Amino acid sequence: MEAVSIRGLTKTYQGGVQALRGIDLVVEDGDFFALLGPNGAGKTTMIGILTSLVTKTSGEASIFGHPVDREPVAAKLNIGLVPQEFNINIFEKVINILVDQAGFYGIPRREALMRAEPILKDLGLWEKRNESSQKLSGGMKRRLMIARALIHAPKLLILDEPTAGVDVELRRSMWEYLRRINKEGTTIILTTHYLEEAEALCRNVAVINHGKIVVRESMQSLIARHGEKKLEDIYLGLIGEKAAA
Amino acid sequence: MTPSKIWTGYYTMIRRELVRILRIWSQTILPPVVTTSLYFIVFGTFIGSQLAPIHGFSYIQFIVPGLIMMSVITSSYMNTVSTFYFAKWTKNLEEILVSPMPDWVVILGFVSGGVLRGLIVGICVLIVSLFFTHLVIYNALVLILAFILTSLLFSLGGLINGVFAKGFDGISIVPTFVLTPLTYLGGIFYSISQFPPFWQKVSLANPILYMINAFRYGFLGVSDVPLWLCFTVLIGFTIVFALVVAYLFKKGIGVKN
Repeated sequence: MEAVSIRGLTKTYQGGVQALRGIDLVVEDGDFFALLGPNGAGKTTMIGILTSLVTKTSGEASIFGHPVDREPVAAKLNIGLVPQEFNINIFEKVINILVDQAGFYGIPRREALMRAEPILKDLGLWEKRNESSQKLSGGMKRRLMIARALIHAPKLLILDEPTAGVDVELRRSMWEYLRRINKEGTTIILTTHYLEEAEALCRNVAVINHGKIVVRESMQSLIARHGEKKLEDIYLGLIGEKAAA
Repeated sequence: MTPSKIWTGYYTMIRRELVRILRIWSQTILPPVVTTSLYFIVFGTFIGSQLAPIHGFSYIQFIVPGLIMMSVITSSYMNTVSTFYFAKWTKNLEEILVSPMPDWVVILGFVSGGVLRGLIVGICVLIVSLFFTHLVIYNALVLILAFILTSLLFSLGGLINGVFAKGFDGISIVPTFVLTPLTYLGGIFYSISQFPPFWQKVSLANPILYMINAFRYGFLGVSDVPLWLCFTVLIGFTIVFALVVAYLFKKGIGVKN
């Protein structure tokens, strides 16, 4: 089963900026997938189209077989999004952020409260549940956004630079949590600028640059194919090759 | 989504909005109540006592329906424009946009928040007005319909403004330079029958005149314009605004990207 299927996806913003220039990409169900690329490469636009935050110009994008434009409800029910920027309601209590988000997915308050407890405990936020989200540290806010994205138990979790600005210890604990939910069956797409993070977590990888997929293969074969090179060097080579082309 | 899930989503939106309105009551409810009370004191009691009755009612009785309507219009409009724009500005709107709630539920959620605030403020102003004058209800159905349609219309108007607003200036321009003048010139403080024919005709071009007169009819049984025309204007504008909002959401204009 394909968790994500993208065919010939393009996006041209008003003003003529071509963010995506014909993307083809498949992410299998159960995968832990890294989507790498420099700033402005098109990663966030692609995620925006998958999550219906951005309108595509042409092409097809489906989530578990549901086209995002023709079957948006079915597609959205399967996705949890952790965006790059903090977008939580800073005036709201931690628990209410989760309960409200569950409500938007049609989950009643009582059930949402039951769902929220284990997620908040797993992410170390249970003690903070009655605090206003603006009082949380940056790392806690990141974890809260992960908790919010998981409250409706999505089959696909998309993380757009979830560990940016998070300290090493906390990043490692987030890795463990992500590994666990992936083992439990959640497909994960991760964008990150920490290449060691992608290498440690992901089985497959795609590199996007200037709105095109430069490479798409398993992490293992990508590294093996380049001999002794580190992932960082491979990545820079791919970006450089594309830029030169 | 099943109807029960859609209801849960809608209920979540209005519950959250109601909690917000009540939590910051000193910003959402108190200011219009204080401002309108000052109108009651200055124009109703001090100046109004010196003026001749209009349509057989004391001046304060005549202006109370218009003043209630003014606070309903402003509160409904400001609620949706500020809530929607703030959600857009903080990107908190994405919480709702990534959810499977259909566009019409999202629109209804925002608009209901505006109607709810209009209702709360309208009732508070009505209660305060009873300290200054005696009010009777001539036709409760007309009163309720005029109230609901007006708050619905201006909640939709606020949402359109919120969709197009690109900064905090953008959410205050329309209320300051369009809404306030039209409201003040919409017959709150006078009957257009007191005007020369030319200015009567000019006044008829102001849509808010019809809303205030419909509401006044519900209280006092008098109106400067026929009641059917008041509701035709109200319903017509509401349908047009609803279609505009639906189109903007469908196309994602000012909402997505």
